Amino acid sequence: MSAVILLLITGVGLGALYFLVASGLSLIYGLMGVLNFAHGSFLTLSGFLGWEVGRRVGDGSWAGLLIGMAVGVLVGAGSAALTELVFIRRLYNRHIEQVLVTVGLGLATVALFEGIWGSDPIQIKSPGWLSRTTEIAGVHIPNDRWLLIGAAVAVLLLIVLFLQKTSYGLIIRAGVENRTMVTALGIDVRRAFTIVFAIGGAAAGLGGVLASVYYGQVSAHQGTSLLIYAFIVTVIGGLGSLSGAAIAAVIVAVIQQFANYYFGAGDLAVVLLLAVVILVRPTGLMGKVKH
Amino acid sequence: MTPILTVQDLNVRIAGQQVVEDVSFDVAAHGVTALLGRNGVGKSSTLKGLLGLYERSGEVTFDGTRIDKLMTHRVVQQGIAYVPEDREVFSQLTVAENLRLAERGGAPQRALVDELFPELRQRANQQAGTLSGGQQQMVSLSRALMNDNQLILVDEPTKGLAPLIVGTVTEALKKAAEITPMLLVEQNLQVVRDLAHTVVVLSGGRVVHTGPADEFLDSDLVQRHLGVSSDGKAAEGLDEEPAEKADGPASSTEAKEDDT
Repeated sequence: MSAVILLLITGVGLGALYFLVASGLSLIYGLMGVLNFAHGSFLTLSGFLGWEVGRRVGDGSWAGLLIGMAVGVLVGAGSAALTELVFIRRLYNRHIEQVLVTVGLGLATVALFEGIWGSDPIQIKSPGWLSRTTEIAGVHIPNDRWLLIGAAVAVLLLIVLFLQKTSYGLIIRAGVENRTMVTALGIDVRRAFTIVFAIGGAAAGLGGVLASVYYGQVSAHQGTSLLIYAFIVTVIGGLGSLSGAAIAAVIVAVIQQFANYYFGAGDLAVVLLLAVVILVRPTGLMGKVKH
Repeated sequence: MTPILTVQDLNVRIAGQQVVEDVSFDVAAHGVTALLGRNGVGKSSTLKGLLGLYERSGEVTFDGTRIDKLMTHRVVQQGIAYVPEDREVFSQLTVAENLRLAERGGAPQRALVDELFPELRQRANQQAGTLSGGQQQMVSLSRALMNDNQLILVDEPTKGLAPLIVGTVTEALKKAAEITPMLLVEQNLQVVRDLAHTVVVLSGGRVVHTGPADEFLDSDLVQRHLGVSSDGKAAEGLDEEPAEKADGPASSTEAKEDDT
């Protein structure tokens, strides 16, 4: 029983990390129909710069981590907005070119990161409490999972509040449903595109810093490997559905943890789950978007 | 009176295929101008071309300003509202949110919308996707009436509606047209008769007739160009064998029809 509780909570923690990356992907696809293969680069860059600033403030301290997280959010938002303005804006409704450009950008930035920080992972220090465990019902839960879960819940609430309570949130919700009609109401939907990219990048940036805490290291390939899971989560949740991404992130991570523990086949289980969802429910758990 | 909209040699393409060819017509600065034609002749594509929703070329002048190079949101911001075919309300948003989204500037015309469609106020918090077709059309029309526009493009507003609702929508359009001129695409000829003072008839992607609405609707040009009798009923064999061209009204212009 204790193993089940441990796997469940650690699974939810990992799912929180997946959600931070997948939420942006899902929002971006939902509004713009863009499959952004460069999304992992926002995460990696934020992870590196968050670590660089954080260790200068206080290596292994809470202040360093919190400032690193803030830097990750800003770097993620800025790099994503810049990507939208410079590359994606010229390529709306040109899906092949979007894929080519974002894949190319993803590959080029990994090479750039390797050139700057090397190809080997860099071990990082985190606040002591995060390396310890908290006992719940006789089970020792790693504390970094609580940080991940808390951050993901906060991000989910903030995005939902933004979507429900602001005028740009209204435009984005309408645009996910019918982008053409939003334009036909006299709204420059391109501003909403940039904002959505920035929000997605900010979440991925936070995810980048927290991923380095979770793995205890930061590397040039961190974003690429997490991006694969994020895409799987996005497809299972339903392209364009934020709540779908949240639910799917938890399902994928929990199944992955259980399959790893009992069969040593976590990745296989995730791919099988993806195949089943695509066959049985091609639009995903909560997907409605058609582009 | 100077027309509010002048369309000169408009061409519209969808995915590279030409669907509207060298269309020219004016929209009067008052009342309703109807754009008529059989199914698939390019009426809706013309409206979408004017808005820039489809690739277009040619000259479109609105209230003295060229708008044919403007992006869609800029065209609308000039003062042109659009009521699309099939309503296209945002089904996941509430009625109030649909209307709020349409507001431009600081003075939305809430009072007019409330007067025309009081029912919508009671349904403000209802998801638009759960409304009936007629209610959705009210939302769609209200979105166009929220702002102080100089022209409204309306695409088949009575399509698929129950006869009772058609009457309500027609009355609303009539009141709206007293304030704002309208370019109306409509298959229901009774609605056209009730609303329009002028008709522009398309066939094969081109304008084949322009003139007063009553005269057109009372002539056998209706059969020739629309394939229906003037009461709106389908006429047999007209698609294959157009009737001999009749003389149009003195003030009308009749172009040679190209059946391509």
